[in-house]
Amino acid sequence: MSYSASSMRKVFDIPGGVHPPESKEQSLQLPLGPVLLPQRVVLPLSQHIGAPAKAIVAVGEKVRTGQLIAEPQGLFSVGLHASISGTVSAIEDRPIPHTSGMNAECIVIESDGLDEWVALDECEDYTALERDALMAKIRTAGLAGMGGAGFPSAIKLNPRADDNIDTLIINGTECEPYITADDTLMREQADAVIQGTLLLAHLLGDPSTVLIGVEDNKPTAITALKKAAAAIEGQCNIEIVDFPTKYPSGGEKQLIQILTGIEVGSGDIPASLGIVCHNVGTAVAAWEAVRYGRPLISRITTVVGEALDTQRNVEVRIGTLISEVLEQNGFNADEAARLIMGGPMMGFALQDADVPIVKTSNCILAPSKQEMPEPPPAQACIRCGMCAEACPASLLPQQLFWYSQSEDYDRLQAHNLMDCIECGACSFVCPSNIPLVQYYRASKGAIKQAAVDKQKSDRSRERFEFRQARLDKAEAEKEAKRQARKQAAAEAKKLAAEKKEQELLHPTATPVAAEPTAAAPAVVADPEAEKAKLERALSSAQNRLDKARDRVDNAEPERRDKMAARVKEAELKVLDAQNKLEQFNSADSTDPVDAAIARAKAALPPQAKLKSNIETLQKRMTIAADKLSIAKTEGAATVDALQTGLDKMQGKIAKLQQELIDLGPEPALEVTIKAEATPDPAAAAIERAKAKAVANANMSPADKLHDQIASIEKRIAKTTEKVAVARAEGSGTADALQLGLDKMTAKLNKARADLCELEPELQHKSALKDEPASEPDAASAAIAKAKAKAAATATMSPEEKLRDQITSMQTRIVKTTAKVTAARAEGSDITDALQLGLDKMTAKLEKAKSDLAELSN
Amino acid sequence: MIDLIAQHPIYAALIALGTLSIVFGGILGFAAVKFKVEGDPIVEQLDNLLPQTQCGQCGYPGCKPYAEAIANGDAINKCPPGGQATINTIAALLDVEAPSLDEEHGAELDIPRVAIIREDECIGCTKCIQACPMDAILGAAKQMHTVIADECTGCDLCVEPCPTDCIDMVPLETTLGEWKWNLPEPSKNIAMNLIASDKQPRRAGQGERKEGEAA
Repeated sequence: MSYSASSMRKVFDIPGGVHPPESKEQSLQLPLGPVLLPQRVVLPLSQHIGAPAKAIVAVGEKVRTGQLIAEPQGLFSVGLHASISGTVSAIEDRPIPHTSGMNAECIVIESDGLDEWVALDECEDYTALERDALMAKIRTAGLAGMGGAGFPSAIKLNPRADDNIDTLIINGTECEPYITADDTLMREQADAVIQGTLLLAHLLGDPSTVLIGVEDNKPTAITALKKAAAAIEGQCNIEIVDFPTKYPSGGEKQLIQILTGIEVGSGDIPASLGIVCHNVGTAVAAWEAVRYGRPLISRITTVVGEALDTQRNVEVRIGTLISEVLEQNGFNADEAARLIMGGPMMGFALQDADVPIVKTSNCILAPSKQEMPEPPPAQACIRCGMCAEACPASLLPQQLFWYSQSEDYDRLQAHNLMDCIECGACSFVCPSNIPLVQYYRASKGAIKQAAVDKQKSDRSRERFEFRQARLDKAEAEKEAKRQARKQAAAEAKKLAAEKKEQELLHPTATPVAAEPTAAAPAVVADPEAEKAKLERALSSAQNRLDKARDRVDNAEPERRDKMAARVKEAELKVLDAQNKLEQFNSADSTDPVDAAIARAKAALPPQAKLKSNIETLQKRMTIAADKLSIAKTEGAATVDALQTGLDKMQGKIAKLQQELIDLGPEPALEVTIKAEATPDPAAAAIERAKAKAVANANMSPADKLHDQIASIEKRIAKTTEKVAVARAEGSGTADALQLGLDKMTAKLNKARADLCELEPELQHKSALKDEPASEPDAASAAIAKAKAKAAATATMSPEEKLRDQITSMQTRIVKTTAKVTAARAEGSDITDALQLGLDKMTAKLEKAKSDLAELSN
Repeated sequence: MIDLIAQHPIYAALIALGTLSIVFGGILGFAAVKFKVEGDPIVEQLDNLLPQTQCGQCGYPGCKPYAEAIANGDAINKCPPGGQATINTIAALLDVEAPSLDEEHGAELDIPRVAIIREDECIGCTKCIQACPMDAILGAAKQMHTVIADECTGCDLCVEPCPTDCIDMVPLETTLGEWKWNLPEPSKNIAMNLIASDKQPRRAGQGERKEGEAA
């Protein structure tokens, strides 16, 4: 602890420190000299700590001196300005002054030799400006700390709101040997330093203490500063503090400790203690940016070393190649040991002289081999402890060395490696010449890398675990669906079994019951519950229908077709539900006719369904055909696939139509199995069938049958023809057609048999003629039949009734027997059911016969 | 009461001890429930040390299963992406001798790699997307896929399923921000590293730890 020689401020000491030869005189013999305007500048986009700037000029663009050519990316970044006027010749990776010797993106400007400046925004009185406007000026001027680290100045000038800045320290220490750039600046531009200090103090809200710290080995600079400070006496109390020379008192934390006695703790930043520290170069640059609007495009650099003819300080444009600067100062490449950017303690060797001067380049050192010989080989550590004495951060360099060697990062961190300022004092004093700092730098890098890796691996784990969870969830959902399906299948099976049981218990003798689709669970244990269930089903089906309709209304036009199909389906479901309900309602009524009607109605849906299916298919086919034709005209690769799809659809339609015909009691549809079937013939056929159905409804059963027989005959003739054609062409549809033909023949036979049966009963028909036959198919036929029978039986005597019954039963038995044989031959599922029905009928016939015998007796 | 205890010292002692055991048992039981440690802490710690590439080179489907396997006594040297550094830290955690990497499971790469899809050759089969344990590949069926390089751990698992072999494993280039100093080359002259009191010269990369501890 001592007192400053010239001011009465108490100054403090720092632990450790060394006194290397200063070697500052040689570069101070000549005044500040200019460097000729370079022919080319190379401006790295990253000359500061933080995100690189982003180029906003294009190759070939003309730029003027001072023009912004790269803007900061984010807050923690600094802009870049053209340091000469000329043309942007490249934006590419170039070697930059960096310890790694790596390349980085640079903007290269070829000079036009004119050095034309952009219009500068001067400002006479910055105190009249708002703080934000001032900060904007600083921010756009591209200021990065000029002491060496290149920290964005604007950020340091913008401390957090809870940091009450009471001390501003301007660092003019320049403790590193050889370097005299700041010394020169303070000598030559003392006024600008003072003005810059005032500006920074103003920006920080006029802290109570404003200090400029200078080592006592720069008496000329101190005198100049004091003179300049005296000139503005009264405006602000700037204290110029000098203190004993010692390396590394110029470190931020060290200078703060020297001037205030406050030690900045491990991990702390000075701002949290109310202190902000700036380099004198930064203060001047800030002043020039605000007062003259001049961005940071040049700086003072010391060019020193015995390998040079002239050793001095030069004002050089940022981006000037070092080789150019050296050349102008008589560089003797043969003599030079190496090229160092920065000082001998903290600088780094340059691998290439063709790198540019950047904002942080305060010195280019070109020592001769005598001046700075190769470091002698490292010897073993003798544990002398001199490094610990020299360390300004009070660390244990020897321990750190061991741990660095063994890559024991936990212990390194425990020994506060991160507080090492890499000043090189320990290496300087080491009698074994161990490059200690290099060990620390490597270990610091490894620790940072490990932290980054850890972060990445945590993120990876998170992602992996999330993915795993997602997959598990999807699997669970799938499993749940599978279970649900399984359950549904089991229930359906159970229901079917129950149904079968019901059928066995309550055999229905009416002819319509033979229709397999009519076998709905008509009678169950609890009719009320069943009814409620059916009603629910109906209402929910209707709901769904409404919803589907709504959706169709809202749907986009191209999706409407699909939606329409869905609506149709929903309609069918509603119809189905209604039918079931009706059937149920009539099931317990005693009138067998009503029951028959209901059952007949229930038989409806399959046909309607088939019809709708066919319609949908045909619609799809038209679309597919359109697509195919488009694909063909465009020669797309999908033509084949489309063609196959179309063929398949046609096959399906043919099959469905066939089924519909098989299902319908009369020829409802014309079979249109043309290979290039368009929807039109099919639609026409449907229309025809419908018209026929309506016509049929008004006909008597016998007439109907006649009509039916005629139409079937016609169709058989047509189909036979078609079969012949198909066979001749070897078409795939021949078999299907043949099948259809066989079935039609069977139907024809059946219709004929029905007709024979019906003819004798014709006399009863007149009474029934005006009965409205609402259903144009099997149902109406069955209804008519059932009603006719009911009417007939009403007028008959019991004996006649029985006889009639017996005859009808006999015909039915004959028919059923034929059916059973047919089913057997086809191996159909319904064989058993049919056989069962046959047995029952036989039993009934026997009973009727015995009844008749009893009656006649 | 005192009389009773004096008259039946054995019973009194038994009752007192029994009461105490019930009380302490209750406290211990409560503590066991209240301060129960979820999961296996050693597995968590091991999982934290593993590099989370989820590459499966160790023979387990991910880093956590391998951590569990190590906790159950499997060898600790089966992780090529983690390399010797990971083996060392795991050995330190488990307090065992650090073995060298088992080359059967693959060689340690000195430079991390990422997968890059040659996009014009990608047919959009989504096979690599399904293979990626990191969800680091973007794309849809019949659309070109691409790798999110930041999320890629370089596990290689996408290379195998690619039907067009359009995935390359590219070494990551060191950027300026990632560059770090290397440790100084150890002096070639053994005598330089030896002082009189040291017994044996140490080989590079081995035995340093002990020496460090001794210091």
